[in-house]
Amino acid sequence: MNFTAPESLIFWTTIIFVVFFFLMKKFAWKPILGAVKSREESINNALKSAENAKIEMQNLQADNENLLKEARAEREAMLKDAREIKNKMIDDAKEEAQTQANKMIAQAQAAIESEKKSAMAELKNHVAGLSVDIAEKVVRQELTNKDKQLALVESLLGEAKLN
Amino acid sequence: MTIAQNPIKLIATLIIAMLPFFALAFDGGQHGDDKEFNASELINGHIGDSHEFHIADWNGHPISFYLPVILWTDNGLTVFSSEKFHHDNTGEHIVETNGQKFVRHNEVIYYADDYANLAEDDKSAFNFEARPLDFSITKLVFSMLFSVIILFIVFYVVARSYSKNDKAPKGLAGFLEPLVLFVRDDIAIPNIGEKKYAKFMPYLLTIFFFIWINNIFGLIPFFPFSSNLTGNIFFTFVLSAITFLITSFNGNKDYWKHVFAPPVPKALYPIMIPIEIIGLITKPFALMIRLFANITAGHIIILSLVSLIFIFKSVFISPVSGVFVLFMSVLEMLVAVLQAYVFTLLSALYIGQAVAEHDHH
Repeated sequence: MNFTAPESLIFWTTIIFVVFFFLMKKFAWKPILGAVKSREESINNALKSAENAKIEMQNLQADNENLLKEARAEREAMLKDAREIKNKMIDDAKEEAQTQANKMIAQAQAAIESEKKSAMAELKNHVAGLSVDIAEKVVRQELTNKDKQLALVESLLGEAKLN
Repeated sequence: MTIAQNPIKLIATLIIAMLPFFALAFDGGQHGDDKEFNASELINGHIGDSHEFHIADWNGHPISFYLPVILWTDNGLTVFSSEKFHHDNTGEHIVETNGQKFVRHNEVIYYADDYANLAEDDKSAFNFEARPLDFSITKLVFSMLFSVIILFIVFYVVARSYSKNDKAPKGLAGFLEPLVLFVRDDIAIPNIGEKKYAKFMPYLLTIFFFIWINNIFGLIPFFPFSSNLTGNIFFTFVLSAITFLITSFNGNKDYWKHVFAPPVPKALYPIMIPIEIIGLITKPFALMIRLFANITAGHIIILSLVSLIFIFKSVFISPVSGVFVLFMSVLEMLVAVLQAYVFTLLSALYIGQAVAEHDHH
């Protein structure tokens, strides 16, 4: 290998490298490293905000879930109430109907009883009239045969009592 | 985006596909038919430095890109074009400027008068008695300037694109940003630590891309690339020295305490302190040698494979050489990025050791 004037290469390498280093530092490395760093920061920030948004979303979803659950519970409760009210109404109606029916039956019975009584009274009146008629007839016949009349009266009376 | 990426792919594919052919063309014309082929001369010439950038030969005449020769002589500064040497490297052609005479021998410029009296053993780049200080813009300096300008333009454009686009990077920025992030997330942060890495990022990024692009440019076998810059020991010396200086100036109390007051009995200090100081120096020394040796070795292997054709003087060797050169070139592409990574990683590691906070003290 030829050693051509070592001082030349050492001198120029030093000068060129030092100048090159400072030029690159100022015009290349600083802007590039700065840009890369700021981009990395912005990416990190974007990722962080995305993460936050995700958490917020999850919270929102949980809220929605809770709301839904509450609504469902409310609906259930309302349905239950309605069912109870319905049952109660039916029961009440049944009871009312029962009492009404009972009352009507009682009234009917009372009416029947009073009808029966009045019918009985009429019957009695009728029987009494009949008895009077019979008695009249008997009295009329007695004028002819006393013994026979007596026996007849007695038998008639016996019959009348059966009624 | 497709417009920005396709040319890169196309150029990369073309370069890989044409590597062996360019290499053949490059060397084929360099030597005349009458001259005996000397592989080691060719390889030495290629991996070393020179005052002019040889492009090709045409009809036996070399076509070169002439670079300025800048000499600090006994009478002050002298600047002239390397064209004046007329491709002479044997010390025969004398160049006269400003009343001074110079000759060039094996790419070293001597005073013509002193050179005439030199013994063969004294003809060396380290013989400062017989030669002026040479601050020429040599082939390697030219390549370095070229790579630095390319890198600066590319990264300046990328940096500008960020001010317009604050979303995901596109095009060239999309290609280079992962590399920048790789240096940050896989080299700087694990070795230096989350708190202190930011201060050293510009340096680590600069050496990573600087070494990488020069490794790659060195593999492209035609003008204005093909220089063995990162395989030059003076270049790697400067880079490792800068890493050493950064490490030393940023070393905290613990770091220096470990060197000058290690946790051993005081009687051992005369042994331990020199060992620790040697330890400080071996680290950048290893950096220097590793990069130099890896890249130079790659160039030597590729050139040796190409030289096989001329050694065997048979055209039938060329497909074999071509396949091996292609294989080595692809491997060297990997080595190019690997060595840039290793240099950056170890620099980060040494800086990390110097700035580390120790809890156990």
